[in-house]
Amino acid sequence: MGTVFVNDIEVEVGPKENLVQAAARAGVEVPHYCWHHDLSVVASCRMCLVEVGDRKPDGTTVMMPRLTPACQTIARPGTVVVTDSPKVKAAQAQTLEYLLLNHPLDCSICDQAGECYLQDYTHKFGRAHSRLNEPKVQREDKYDIGDQIALFTDRCVMCTRCVRFTREISGTSELHVTNRGSVEEIDVFPENPCNNKLAGNVVDLCPVGALCSKDFLYKQRVWWLKSQESVCMNCSTGCSITVDQNEDRVYRVRPRENAQAQGSFMCDDGRFGWKYIHGEDRLISPRIGKFTITNTNGSPLPETVEGEALRRSSQLVFIDPWPTVLKATRDALTSATSQNAVGFVAVLSPMMTCEEAFILAKFIRFVSKRATLALGPVPVVGEDDRYPKDHRGNPPAMDATKFTIRAEKCANRFGVELVLKHFQGEVISFDTVIEKMRQNSLTSAYIVGGFPDAWLDESLLPLMKSLQWLIVQDFQRSSLTDAASILLASATFAEREGTVINHAGLAQLSRPAIRTPKDARADGRLLSELAQRNGLFNAAAIRREMAHDIPAFEVFASGDLGKDGTFLTQPELVKT
Amino acid sequence: MSVMFEPVLLRRAGRPNSQSLAGYIADGGYQGLRKALAMEPAKVIETVIGSSLRGRGGAGFNTGAKWKFLPNNIVGPIYLCINGDESEPGTFNNRILIEEDPHQVLEGIVISGFATGSTTAYFYLRYEYGRCYRTLKAAIDEMYANNLLGKNILGSGYSLDIHLHRGACAYICGEETGLIESLEGKRAWPRIKPPFPAVEGAFRRPTVVNNVETMACVTQILDRGADWFKSIGVPKNPDDPRDGGSYGPKLYCISGHVNKPGLLELPLGVTARELIDKHAGGVWKGRQAKAVVPGGISMGFLAANELDTPLDFVGPGRAGCLGLGTAAVIVIDDQTSMVDVLYNTCRFFAHESCGQCTPCREGTAWSTKILHRIREGKGTLKDLDTLTDISKTIGTMPGTTICGLADGAAWPIKNALAKFRPEFEEFITSGRRTAVREFASAH
Repeated sequence: MGTVFVNDIEVEVGPKENLVQAAARAGVEVPHYCWHHDLSVVASCRMCLVEVGDRKPDGTTVMMPRLTPACQTIARPGTVVVTDSPKVKAAQAQTLEYLLLNHPLDCSICDQAGECYLQDYTHKFGRAHSRLNEPKVQREDKYDIGDQIALFTDRCVMCTRCVRFTREISGTSELHVTNRGSVEEIDVFPENPCNNKLAGNVVDLCPVGALCSKDFLYKQRVWWLKSQESVCMNCSTGCSITVDQNEDRVYRVRPRENAQAQGSFMCDDGRFGWKYIHGEDRLISPRIGKFTITNTNGSPLPETVEGEALRRSSQLVFIDPWPTVLKATRDALTSATSQNAVGFVAVLSPMMTCEEAFILAKFIRFVSKRATLALGPVPVVGEDDRYPKDHRGNPPAMDATKFTIRAEKCANRFGVELVLKHFQGEVISFDTVIEKMRQNSLTSAYIVGGFPDAWLDESLLPLMKSLQWLIVQDFQRSSLTDAASILLASATFAEREGTVINHAGLAQLSRPAIRTPKDARADGRLLSELAQRNGLFNAAAIRREMAHDIPAFEVFASGDLGKDGTFLTQPELVKT
Repeated sequence: MSVMFEPVLLRRAGRPNSQSLAGYIADGGYQGLRKALAMEPAKVIETVIGSSLRGRGGAGFNTGAKWKFLPNNIVGPIYLCINGDESEPGTFNNRILIEEDPHQVLEGIVISGFATGSTTAYFYLRYEYGRCYRTLKAAIDEMYANNLLGKNILGSGYSLDIHLHRGACAYICGEETGLIESLEGKRAWPRIKPPFPAVEGAFRRPTVVNNVETMACVTQILDRGADWFKSIGVPKNPDDPRDGGSYGPKLYCISGHVNKPGLLELPLGVTARELIDKHAGGVWKGRQAKAVVPGGISMGFLAANELDTPLDFVGPGRAGCLGLGTAAVIVIDDQTSMVDVLYNTCRFFAHESCGQCTPCREGTAWSTKILHRIREGKGTLKDLDTLTDISKTIGTMPGTTICGLADGAAWPIKNALAKFRPEFEEFITSGRRTAVREFASAH
């Protein structure tokens, strides 16, 4: 707290901020490698050297004679920082020359090229040439340092961020420094590769191309990638992420720093758990399966015996245009609810966004006041996995937890529950729905899936098949979608737009990174058109409507949730 | 003065049974401890401050002032670490002190522990000192058996345990925070300061780190009084506020090209010439000294015309060296190539650089490689400028490293190129080669 002077720019700094952060507030970049705000300070790369002084109350300034690492120095009121003096520039250039002495300069085949701090800083602060006439130190690459990570040893600048990460955040301590001086390297102990559930983060932490993700290795040059802000749907932590894609193909997912959500990191389950986006089983078109056929102008056709027999006897997939399918869906809903409203259930998946859940729930209520709205299965695997582990692998004390992989493997249970509480008055669990099916008190259902893994117990299929109308909205094929009378091919998180609310009541916006494959349709648009809403699907407009309809969603009123998301104002609503 | 000087720290060295407790007590040992235990701890610190004792480990920091840096009203343990990781090339004073008179050192440790309020002392001994280890182990066991260690020492109510810890052969463990890290079982990477060890040291507790010879001096100061100590050496220069004076006896390690190498105890302030000619029997083979290392190789070189430099805490600095260091004087005769000397020096520091800070890690290895190339006859005059640049950009003086190892690596380069540059230029232009074996790496 207080005013500091960065290159004569006055800035206010927060408590316990170092000079790198203070300079950033003034818009001044202090280059650094070893410092990371979530790791301990070692001040060893010596890239952030600055001149530091003290402005006395009488206006005079006393500068310290020697250079000081900005990362190690806490900004105090009156601290003077100079980052652009000839002395500092010379030190920056000299440190870069040292760092590049034994660096192989193999940028042309390095995955990091384009987002490499060694490249960037050399460009901004370095010399154009090296004076080294000697042979470079050569070190063996370690492709098997982890199942997901490879170490290109000679590119390493020994910032030890990765080592500190495994000691301080994951607590698993697989990585260490071996040898001494200019031949030292990052290594693992024999038969103990870096395979913890947070291991992928060391790739992001590595400021150069030393630690690479094998999954991404040699797949894309980073400058072809387009990034989109998104939210990981794999557990209720709801990590802020960046989805990197090129030509509608996702290549990698990285954590996006968000102190409100998860911090700077993410787990490997999320980091590598998006492959289903391009899975073999993606549904690429809607289908009317069982009960009726409408022609393209929407008029219903009488069901024919031949057509029915054909459908029942084969796996024939009917590709129907969306307007036909949506019309058929509406007709089915109307028909089902008019015949037996209490026998109709709409199952909202906890993988849906708030907007999608709202549109569907509101539409079902519009169709029938007495239809049941229920919550889909909430997958829970084991217990919350908390880090850093101690040396025996035990989780830390609750208040010492730095990262949690949550047992609840869905992103938006709270958001969907809020919607259900409003429209149904209570949250009816999936088990209750199954129980009702067993009692034959249900005749038809609209079921939303959206889970990355197979989610329906196969033994429940006969129950589902016995329904008169089974409308399924999902993005990948399963025995349930095969049994559907109407199938609505929907989208994954990478193709959707909407809000998810994590375990702590933080509402974050997930944006579409790529287009849906073929004729599949993003859920928001699909539901919007099903409900015959005016205009195109506009998530912000839906949010404003939600804020108007449901008090719990009042933070949605502006339609904007900010980059880091917004906490619900009544968190007790979600902490149930 | 030095003619009349009677050794104090080394007075028992070489005597039979000088390591035994009985022999030490018969020679008047443990009187200093008895005197100290009868005082208040604060009074002991005052006595040491009054003696102006400066640490013998190399930096020459005032020992009493270091103890006073401990915060007041500490709850919980304070640790005392004894730095016996004597690895500076040319230095062997700790070794002789421990091997010949371990109880003098251990007495100082108990006194220092009492003064600082530590109940645990860690004696960090370099691994190579096997004989020291055995001597110390036996001496510590004897002390425990005679109530000089353990609970309620000599009925004073003060308790102290000494843990003897062997290092694993690394120069960097002699740096006080590197020592602490190594003691904690970690890689000896020096810590950033602040916090200083006095506030947060070993096991995150307030810690004092002192050299072995300093401990022996503490024993003698308590036994003979601060005034005795201050009567020896060079008084402080009243015109120089930064001069803390160079008081007391000092162990000078003389090695290299002299007729009588060895360990000598002399008052601080003896000149290099006096040491060589009077005490070490002169340069060998009738040759002249070309260069003299004033205090361990990291301190740089004195040229032949600087031999009248007094070897006290300020003299070597005035002559362009880094300081007195460990007072390990290495004499280099006029038949030796400074190129070879500097190469050997750089190779040592490249090998011992811990590899934490970029400038030291890369700079030490780079300078070694350049000098190797020069010795192969492939050097250019431009290389000398590069070497100078390296020496100016590594170290705590420009602020580019955490610890002083890089300063120690830089100073020999600086001094050699400033004082012997014509020799380097002549060597390069002559195209001679002195490299005798294939260069693999700096390690």
